[in-house]
Formats: sequence, C-alpha cells, structure tokens
Amino acid sequence: MTTATAHEAHDDHGPARGLSRWLFTTNHKDIGTLYLLFSLLMFFIGGAMAMAIRAELFEPGLQFVNPMFFNSLTTMHALVMIFGAVMPAFVGLANWLIPMMIGAPDMALPRMNNWSFWILPFAFTLLLSTFFMEGGAPAGGWTIYPPLVLQTGDAFPFLIFAIHLMGISSIMGAINVVVTILNMRAPGMTMMKMPLFVWTWLITAYLLIAVMPVLAGAVTMLLTDKYFGTSFFTAAGGGDPVMFQHIFWFFGHPEVYIMILPAFGIVSQIIPTFARKPLFGYSSMVYATASIAFLSFIVWAHHMFTVGMPLAGELFFMYATMLIAVPTGVKVFNWVSTMWRGSMTFETPMLFALGFVVMFTIGGFSGLMLAIAPVDFQYHDTYFVVAHFHYVLVTGAVFAIMAGAYYWLPKWTGNMYNERLGKWHFWLSTISVNVLFFPQHFLGLAGMPRRIPDYSIQFAEFNMISSIGGFAFGLSQLLFAYIVFSTIRGGAKATDKVWDNPEGLEWTLSSPPPYHSFTTAPEVK
Amino acid sequence: MSASMKLRGRRLLAGAGLMAAAGSATAEWGLNLPVGVSPIANEAYSLHMLILWICVAIGVVVFGVMFYSIIKHRKSKGAVAAQFHESTTIEILWTIIPFLILVGMAFPATKALIAMEDTSNSDVSIKVTGYQWKWQYEYLDEGIGFFSTLSTPRDEIFNKAAKNENYLLEVDNPVVVPVDSKVRLLITASDVIHAWWVPELGMKKDAIPGFVNEMWFRIDEPGVYRGQCAELCGKDHGFMPIVVVAKERAEYDQWVAEQKQGQVAAAAESGREWGRDELMARGEEVYKSNCVACHMANGEGLPGAFPALKGGAITTGPVAGHIDIVLNGSAGTAMAAFGGQLSDADLAAVITYERNAWGNDTGDVVQPADIKAARLTDS
Repeated sequence: MTTATAHEAHDDHGPARGLSRWLFTTNHKDIGTLYLLFSLLMFFIGGAMAMAIRAELFEPGLQFVNPMFFNSLTTMHALVMIFGAVMPAFVGLANWLIPMMIGAPDMALPRMNNWSFWILPFAFTLLLSTFFMEGGAPAGGWTIYPPLVLQTGDAFPFLIFAIHLMGISSIMGAINVVVTILNMRAPGMTMMKMPLFVWTWLITAYLLIAVMPVLAGAVTMLLTDKYFGTSFFTAAGGGDPVMFQHIFWFFGHPEVYIMILPAFGIVSQIIPTFARKPLFGYSSMVYATASIAFLSFIVWAHHMFTVGMPLAGELFFMYATMLIAVPTGVKVFNWVSTMWRGSMTFETPMLFALGFVVMFTIGGFSGLMLAIAPVDFQYHDTYFVVAHFHYVLVTGAVFAIMAGAYYWLPKWTGNMYNERLGKWHFWLSTISVNVLFFPQHFLGLAGMPRRIPDYSIQFAEFNMISSIGGFAFGLSQLLFAYIVFSTIRGGAKATDKVWDNPEGLEWTLSSPPPYHSFTTAPEVK
Repeated sequence: MSASMKLRGRRLLAGAGLMAAAGSATAEWGLNLPVGVSPIANEAYSLHMLILWICVAIGVVVFGVMFYSIIKHRKSKGAVAAQFHESTTIEILWTIIPFLILVGMAFPATKALIAMEDTSNSDVSIKVTGYQWKWQYEYLDEGIGFFSTLSTPRDEIFNKAAKNENYLLEVDNPVVVPVDSKVRLLITASDVIHAWWVPELGMKKDAIPGFVNEMWFRIDEPGVYRGQCAELCGKDHGFMPIVVVAKERAEYDQWVAEQKQGQVAAAAESGREWGRDELMARGEEVYKSNCVACHMANGEGLPGAFPALKGGAITTGPVAGHIDIVLNGSAGTAMAAFGGQLSDADLAAVITYERNAWGNDTGDVVQPADIKAARLTDS
C-alpha cells in the first residue's frame, strides 16, 4: 500500500480527459469498466426482449407479436444475453481484478485489451441492426441449426460476421488473461497460491481459446453453404445436418462452463470473507474446476440425444455427463463446509453468493436428470430445459456476477453501496426469479415444447405465473442499475479493506485503487 | 361456455399468485411427466421419479446442513469462526459416495435405454415425414398415406373465438394405430429439422432431412393421445400438432379399408375435367390448409419474408411458371415442393384459385390434366 501511494504522488500520466480516455484507454480498470457497463446495457436489451416474450406467453392465443418475430426474440435474447451480457461481464471482472489479485500493474497486453473490448459494440450493432432488415432478425434459435437457419433473410451474413467478431474479441481477451496470469504474478505467488477467481479464469481462458475457433469454423461453413454452393450441412448435396450439431455443441458445451467457472471463482472469494473462515478444500476446488473443464469436452452430444445416435454413443455421452456431477458436487460441499462453524454475516454480496449456491444446485439437479438419456427423450426441447438453463445461467452466472459487483464495487469506486437497497434488490430478485422459472419445470414435464409463441390451454396457469415473475424480476433489475450508478457518484467512503479482514492482494490497495495497480510488485509469503 | 368460464376462473386464481391452489388441482395443472400408455413411457416415468427423489434427498441433506449453518453459525449469535480448511478423508468420501450413487442410477438408465432403442419385431411400420408445418404419415405395409395439419380455427388463435379444450392440439387427419401392437415409426423430414413427440408415448425423435430415425411404441388402451413438434422449425413451429388415435384391431382394419377406398376416389377426381367454380371452391379450401400460413388469407404475404400472391409476378405471369414453383418449390426458401404433397386435382384447384382470387383475375383455368402434363415434362 505504501508503494502504491508513493507512486501516485509523482504519477504524471493519469487518465486522459473526456471521450478519448475511454476510446484509447489501455488501462485494465478503464477497460474493465467499459466491459461491465456494456454488459449491463446488453442485460437490459436482452431483458427487454425477454419481457416481450413473457408478455406474449402471458395468455394462450397470439396477442402482441407474430410467430416469426417471436422466434427472432427468443433467438436474439439468447445471443445478446450469452455473448453480450454474461461473457463480457466476466471479462470485465477479469480485467478489473486479475492484475489487482496477482499483484501486477496492469494486464500483459494492454493495446489488445482495448481492441478486444471495442470490437464488441460493433459486433452488437451488426447483430441488433438485423431487426430492421428485410426478413427480420435471425429466427432459427441461438443454436443456428441448419437447414432452418439457412432460411434467414438479409440478416444472415450480419449474424455470421457478428459471431465472428464476438469470437475474435473473446479469444483476444482470453489470450490476455492467460499471458497475464502466467507471467505477471507477484514474487512468491505460486500457482497454488492464486485466488480461486484467478484459477477459474485461467481455466476458462483456455476453454475459450480451444472452442471459439470451432464455432468460427461452423458458422463459416454455414456462410459458404448459403452463398457459395457448398453442402456441408445440406443432405440433398451429400452433406449432413447433424454434423453441424456435433460441431456446434463441441463449442457449445464448453461454452456453458465458460459462463459458470468464473462464477465459481467469485463465490469462492465471497463466502470465506463473510464466513470469516478460509475456503475449505482450496486444492480440491482447483482440481474440481480442471476436471469440469476436461469433462466439458467429452459430453457435447447430450444436447442431441434425440438426433438418432447409435446406442453406444448415447451410453457414452450419458455416462460422461453424469460424471460431471462429481466435481460439481465437490464444489458445493466445499462451499457448505466453508460456512460450517464460521461466523457469518449476510451483507448483499453474501446473500447473492448463498442464493447462487442454492439455486445453482437446483439447476445442477435438473442437469443430472437431463443427463439420463432415456428420460431426456421426454425432457428434451421442453420448458424443463428452459427452466434448467435459466437456473444455472440467471440464478447461477448472473447472481454470481451481481454478488461480485456488490463485493468489489466499494473497492472500485471508493464508495459503499446502499446496503438496505442492496438487500431489497436481492430479495426481490430471488423471489421473482423463482416465480419466473420454477413453474417452467412443471410446464416442461407436462409437455410444453420450448420456442413456441402460443400454447394449448392446459399450460395457461403456469405461464401466467411465470410471466408475472418475469415482469417482477425485470423491474427489480432497474434497482440494481440505480444502486450501481449512485454508488459510482458518491456514498459513504469505503475503507481499504472494505469488509472484515477479506483475503487477497486487492484489499491491500487503496479504495479506489491507484490508476496503475501495483507498480512495485508486493511480496507474497 | 361453462368450461371457458371455469378456465377463466382458474386463471384468475393463478393470476392472484395462489400457488397453493396447485396442490388441489394437480391433474388439471399438469405438474409432472405423464405415466404414459406405452411400456417405454412407463419406464421413462419411473426412472424420472427415481432420479427426482434421489435429487430431492441429496438436496434435503445438503441444504439442511447449509441452512443449519446459516442459522446457527452467524456472527450475530456470537459464533466464533473455526479455522479448519481441509480434510483429505472427507474430500475422498464426498467424491466416492456421489460416484457410487451415479453408478446406481446408471444401471436402470442403461437398461431402459437399450429397451427403447430396440425397434425390432414391429407389427406396423409408419413413415413419418415432417414438413413446414405439417406431418405426413405413410403406412408402409397398407400402402395408404395422408397429411395431417392443425385444425384449430384461426379465430381461436387470434382471440376472436373462445378456445376449445384441444386448442392447438387438434388435426384434420390423425394418425390411427392398433392397440397392443408394436408400432415402429420411421421418421424423416423434407425441409428443416422437426421432432415427433407425444408425451404419453414416452419418446421424441428428431425428423431430419436425409436421415431416417426410428422409434417405437405399443399402446395398451384405445384413446386419443396428443403431442407437438418439439424442434424449432420456423414460423409455425408451435402450430404443427400430432394426434394419435389408438383403436382396437378390428376398428383399425376397418379404418384401413376406408382409407384405401378414399384413395381410389381421389384418383378418379384427378382424372376428370373440372368446372371453374368447382376449382375455385376446392382451391380456396386447399389454400386455407396449405398456403395461408405464409401467404396469408388476403394473399398479401409477409413483406420481406413471404412474397405476396395478390398481384404477384408469378400468380399473374405465365401459367407454366406458376405450376412449376408450386410443384417443385423454391430452393433456399420456405416455399415447399407441393408436387409430392397434393393430388393433381388439388394442385389444379389451388393454382386456379391463386390466379383468380384477390383481384388477380387472370381468367386462367388450370385442369388436373395440365398438372399431369407438367409432372411428365419435369421427369
């Protein structure tokens, strides 16, 4: 801390003024802020689409949107939330936190860092502009299965290039994380002393580098199938539409872990702080994360049990998928053991982390059920699946991101957020999100397929309940935006440690931290 | 009327958020997988319940410990934090025990999966083809076949009429099967991927162009079983239901005989000369069940996605071009090739209708013989 303040005294190259600070910045904190604000914006855009979906599904019959536009909404909601909200939020957190956690001044590749962020606004401008094109926005589902996706109108090439840009951005971000972590740790910080958030992000970054090019290959083949006369996925030309699904899910399954591993890291930072007790089973947490990452490459076809695979293939993917429950279980047990005989308090970050543990585990249970191939034939492509992945992505990934935002916001801004409003935000979100997604389990089991704009009358009640929960959840998030911006503008001053004795180098810096985090590397014992 | 009142009442109840009501009306609310009427559906159901209860049991233990800790080990109650942070024994235990539970689940799951995938020794084979947005059924041994499309009136969909109890789950031609017979489906698609799913038959299978997938069921009691397409297939994915009618063997045989007679009559229809009014009337019907989803009842289509037929270049251009696109479809678009789906009489009627409806007024009359001739030139 003393070195940091000493440096600040003769710092003559702080942030530039005005817009150029943000356009040309190479600073990890500024870029982290850009990522996080961008992600918040996308969260509300994708959320607005979700509100429109829930409004249409409020009652049976077609009320507000035509079926084609409904399909565009579900497709774009998914793409915006996955690539625009959740992934950039994690990259933003990585940018802000990794240098501060490992005792480095900045990220290793600052110019690339700038570029990887600034690609994103262009990618999403391309993607969102398709709403105004002939034939409408992409409506074939975010999984862009051919042959259906090949029926997309003028939006098609924009969709493909937007995905390419997002992929390039992710790969550059991931390379930066890997290089920073492997090269810029403070003396004495061995791999097995790294905070878990850093560990989970290191593994996530490798997953990104491994699978993003696969997605790029798949969408490029779609592009040539549509415009250049190839038939990779067209049966009439000798191609294979199922091959696309194999390639897509070889990317897609690691992708879902890309969206959850950093969340594991965040929760593993927060629970020990508020339990006032070290994390239970640090090394088993690291090994469990690595096992999950490894298994994520050999389970992809559980997304496609109904395509008509040979029995041996179905058995293999069923067993491999069930295995994931083991390391995931280890993580949950470790978090619970960390709480056991602790001295807990329940500030907003802890509430969100606990909400994460409970509701992510519910999503894990439904995941285990989905792994059982003979029953998945019933669950597949129903609202049961919709409920499952929203439990792991909303009450999982998004809750962890919010926990992280509340946890580190005082460090970033130097101001405490309003604890009372934070708690309101937590309880409103937790209650409404369960009203929103829990009934969807019942809908799926009772036979409601996903991605339909209208449904038979036996599904009316639960859809109405789900929609009411959806509107309440959407409105509650406005409170989050208010809390974040009012904390940026002012509030009670935060101490350097912020919480009761939290662990980690970031708490040794001032709040807010200096523009260049550690100009002299701290010693880690 | 009273049914719809009851429905509204129940929905209001739901709107008030009275979740407790769910308990008293579970059957109507549809909370769980159906037990089903086919052996594999029963098997899926019992496996589902087994895994569900295992998950509930694990959940009770894990969340029980967690909430005990949250209640007891809090600072406000004066709890002092212990400092333990690892135990190899316990880590090994909670790796091995879940693994053993999983192995326990894998045994019944494997057994069920093997049974489900065994489509051998079937009594009836039906080829199922998915189209945007309808199903075709061909009985391979009996030589009969037909299309099955949604029969819910559009007024119900657009909230101009009260919704009937089978809203969106009713079709013009249900697929009829005999009870107590092993029925094997051979499932494929002609345009994009669909999925054939009737929950009470216990399985869904994707219908994929270029592939033939198999599934089977054996229904143990006569009845009507309803399902839907389960794979996103474009605009009307939510509007291509499946209805299976299971009949006693004798009734089934009678139904097969009727279908065969119907086909002979249909062939005769295509062999004769038709009058203009006859063609227009029949054409309007065919248009309603096959074309209206995209080109709309007023022929104006959906700008940007589906072209207008009213004053369209093809519908008011040369007759040969019009016949060609309806027979053979348009590659890379949602326009299907109707040559394989409709009879010569129906094609002649719908083309005549399109050329004279909505003020197109070309005055052209297309006869079944013209379609037959066009088919010959194509091949």
